[in-house]
Amino acid sequence: MLTLEHVSKTYRVGAFGSKTLAAVADVSFTVEPGEVLALIGESGSGKSTIGRMILGLTTITSGRIAFDGADVTPSKEYYRRAQAVFQDPFSSFNPIFKADHVFATVRQGFFPHETNGAWRQRLTRALDAVCLCPEDVLGKFPHQLSGGQLQRVLVARALLLDIELLVADEIISMLDASTRIDVLNLLGDLKNRGLAIVFITHDLSLGNYISDTTVILRQGRIVEHGPTPDVFGRPEHEYTKALLSAVPQLHRRWS
Amino acid sequence: MTATAAQEPVQKLERMSAFRETLHFALRNRKLVVGTSIAGAMLLFALVGPAFSRHPALQYGGKLSLAPTTKDGYWFGTTLLGQDVYAQFVTGLRLAFTVGALGGGIAAVVGMLVGFTAGYRSGVVDEVLNMLTNIVLVIPTFALLLVIASYLKVRGIMTESIFIGLTSWPWAARAIRAQTFSLVSRDFVDMARLSGRRTARIIFEEIAPNMSSYLFMMFILLFGGAILIAATLDFIGLGPSNTISLGMMMQLSVQNAALQLHLWWWFLPPGLAIMAVVGSLYVMNVGLDEVFNPKLRTL
Amino acid sequence: MTLVVDDLKVYYRSLSGDVKAVDGVSLEVADGEIMGLAGESGCGKSTLGKALIKLDSRMEWIGGHVTLDGQDLPVWNDSAMNPHRFADVSLVPQYAMSALNPTRKLGRMVRELLHARGIDAHELLPELERRLQLVGLEPSVLDLYPIELSGGMKQRIVLVLSTLLNPSLLIADEITSALDVSTQKAVAEMLVGFRDRGFVKSAIVITHDLSILAQVADTILVMYAGKLAEKGTVDEIVDDPQHPYTKMLIGSLPEVGVRFSEQRLAGIAGRPPSLLEPPTGCRFRDRCPLASARCAVEPPYRSCGESHLVACWEAKEC
Repeated sequence: MLTLEHVSKTYRVGAFGSKTLAAVADVSFTVEPGEVLALIGESGSGKSTIGRMILGLTTITSGRIAFDGADVTPSKEYYRRAQAVFQDPFSSFNPIFKADHVFATVRQGFFPHETNGAWRQRLTRALDAVCLCPEDVLGKFPHQLSGGQLQRVLVARALLLDIELLVADEIISMLDASTRIDVLNLLGDLKNRGLAIVFITHDLSLGNYISDTTVILRQGRIVEHGPTPDVFGRPEHEYTKALLSAVPQLHRRWS
Repeated sequence: MTATAAQEPVQKLERMSAFRETLHFALRNRKLVVGTSIAGAMLLFALVGPAFSRHPALQYGGKLSLAPTTKDGYWFGTTLLGQDVYAQFVTGLRLAFTVGALGGGIAAVVGMLVGFTAGYRSGVVDEVLNMLTNIVLVIPTFALLLVIASYLKVRGIMTESIFIGLTSWPWAARAIRAQTFSLVSRDFVDMARLSGRRTARIIFEEIAPNMSSYLFMMFILLFGGAILIAATLDFIGLGPSNTISLGMMMQLSVQNAALQLHLWWWFLPPGLAIMAVVGSLYVMNVGLDEVFNPKLRTL
Repeated sequence: MTLVVDDLKVYYRSLSGDVKAVDGVSLEVADGEIMGLAGESGCGKSTLGKALIKLDSRMEWIGGHVTLDGQDLPVWNDSAMNPHRFADVSLVPQYAMSALNPTRKLGRMVRELLHARGIDAHELLPELERRLQLVGLEPSVLDLYPIELSGGMKQRIVLVLSTLLNPSLLIADEITSALDVSTQKAVAEMLVGFRDRGFVKSAIVITHDLSILAQVADTILVMYAGKLAEKGTVDEIVDDPQHPYTKMLIGSLPEVGVRFSEQRLAGIAGRPPSLLEPPTGCRFRDRCPLASARCAVEPPYRSCGESHLVACWEAKEC
C-alpha cells in the first residue's frame, strides 16, 4: 500500500550552502494494510524526516514514495487517506482555540456539505473509537485536558476521515507512563481493524510491544529490517545489538 | 444533554476568568495605568480641545508675543506674529494623533504582510522579501523626502502619513517574520496543513491570533514612532504645507528666536506634548509586555 | 545520615489558591546512597528536588526541616542558602543542557561560574580537566560553544561542573530524559562512577523512568500527588511492590519481549487529583482498584519490611 523506494533527503548546510547533509539516505520499505511498522532510531537517524516525507510535508530529494501506486502529494485527496499524530500534544493544538477547533478544520476541509446531525454522528463514532466521552473533551481548551486525552483527540481527528494510513511520530514520548500504554493499546486495536501504522519512536520496548515489522535507522540509513520478533530476538547488525543491550530494563541490570 | 448544559456555565466561567485575569494584572500594573492615563488624557485633549479655541490657528491679528492669559481666550499666549498658540496647539495635537494612526497603521499593515509571508513561506519568497526589507531600510528617508517635497506643490497630512508608513515598516516586518518563524515550527501548523488549509488562511486564522498581543504592542510602537518621525520632519521644515503641527510650531519658534526672546509658551507646550504622548505610549508598551507575559507577572 | 528531611511542605502561590506541590514529605538519604525519586508529572518530585536547594522563586516554604551532615539547611531563605549551593548541595535541573549560554565558550562559562562563587578558576583547572577526561571528554572541549556539542556531551559537562566542589548531595532532575538510549546508559553510569569515586557523597535521582532507577539507584521513593507512596530498596520495589500505584505503574511498563498480540498491558485510568484542593484521605483513592471506605482516612506512612515503607491500608504488615 505504502512504498518507499530509495528515498533520500539532503540538506544544504555550511556557509553559502556549500556542504550537504544527508538526513535520509537510500531508504526503502513497504507497509501493508493492518501492519504496524516501527521506525526506530536515535536522534539524527532521520526517522522524523521520513515521517514528514511520507506525509508530503517535506519534499523528497531523490527516490519515490508511492501510496497505492501513485506518488504522494500534499493534497486533500491524499489526506483523506493518510493522517498523522505528532509528538507534543500541547504544540499540536492552537492554544487560543478550544480543542474542538481541530475537528472543525477537518469538517471545513473535507465535509463542507455534511449536515449537523450527520457530523455529530461521525464525531461521536470517532470519539468512541478512542474511548473518550464527548462531554469530557468538547468545549474545553487544550490546557484543560491532559496530554493523554489530547493525543486521543488527535487520533479521533484522524479517524474522522476513513484513513488507511496513520503516521504516529513519537506520540507517547511526552506522556506519563500510566497513559502511554492506553494510547498504545488504542493503536493496537486500530491496527486489528485494518489500519496501517508507521510508528516512529526511539524507544525499543515500545516498538517491540506494538509492531509487526521493525526498521532500525542509523544516521539516515537502514541497518536492520525485518519482522519484529526476528529483529529483537536474533539481531544481526552490531548497532542493533548495542542498542538492545543499552535499553534499561526493570528486571535486568546492565552488567 | 443535561451534561453538556451543565458544561456551559463552567466554560463561560473559564473564558471570563482568562480575560479577567489579564484585566486583573493590567489594572495593577503601574506602568500600564500611568501610561494609558497620560496618553488617554492627551487624546481627550486633542478631541475636545479644539472646541474651546477662540481663534483660527493660522490667523494673524492677535497681540504680538502675548504671555498666556485668560483674556480673549489666549490661554497659551500668542506667537511672535500674533497667532493663537492654544489653537495651534490643539490643531497640532489632533494632527499628531492622526499621523500616528495613519502612518503607524500603514506601517503595521505592510510590516505584517511582508513579515507573515516571509516567515511562513521561507525559501525564495523569504529571500526576495528580505531583500526588499533591506532596501527600504537603507533608503535615506530625508533625501527621499526632500526629492518628493521638491516635486509636490502642496503637501498634506495624508502625504506625510503615507510617506512615514511606507518607510518605517522594515523593523516591524523583521520582528514579525522572526515570531512567525518560531510559530510555524509548532505542530498545530502542520495539523492545519494536514487538514487541507491554504497558506493565507493558516496565517490569518492560526498564526496571527497567537501573536495578537505582540501585534498590538507593535502597533503602539509604530504609532509613537510615527508621531516622533512626523515631529522631526516638521521641525526641519518638511511638514505639511497647508496646516500647522506641533513640530512646525517648534520649528517656527526656533526660527523666530523664541528661546532668546523668552517666549517659552510657544515652544514648551508642543515639545512637552510630544514627549508626553510618545513617552506614555512607550511606557504603556512596557507595562503591556509585563501583563501579557505570564513569566513577568508579579503576584 | 547525610540528608534528613522532616515533614517538608512547599507550596506554589497562585491567584486561585495554593498549589500543594509537596505536602508533608519525610525522607533520609545515607552516605553513599543513590536514591531514586520516581513519579509522574505533577507529583511534586521536581518541586521536592528544587526545594532542597531553594532555587525557584515561585515556590514558598511552608513548613518542615532539612538537615545535611548534621547541619540545618536554611531552605526557607534564598540568600541564606547561597553559601551552601554548589559546595554542599548541588542541583542539575531539568533541561540543564539546553540552558547553556549559547554565546559563551564553555571554558569562559566555567570561569565565570567559579568566579561568582569566589573560587580561583586556575586552582581548579587541573582537577576540572582530570574529571573531563574521566568522563571521556577532551579538555579541549572547553574551547567549544554549546552548539558544537551533542546532547550527551553537554549533559556530561553539566554533571562534571555540578560536582566540581565535591558536594555532599547531588540532586539530578531528569538527567537522562532527553538522551538517546546509548548516551542514557553512559550518563547514568557516570553518575554512579562519581559516587564511587567520592565526587559526591550521595545523590537523589529524579525521573519518571523506573527502569533507569533499577539500574543505578540503591533505594527508590515513589511519590504521588505531593505525598510519598512507597519507599524501599530497588529489589523490594521492583519485586515486591506494596502500594497499588507502584504495582500498576510497574505493570504498565512494556519490557522488551512483551508484545501486544500476546499480552495486553493496562494503564492507570483517570488523572491525578488537582493539587489546589487535594482530596482528603488517600490521594490515590479515585484511581485505586483496592479502594475501600477505609481510604477516606489518609493512611500512615509506615514500615512493612526491613527498609520498606508504604502509605496504604492494604499493604502487608511487617
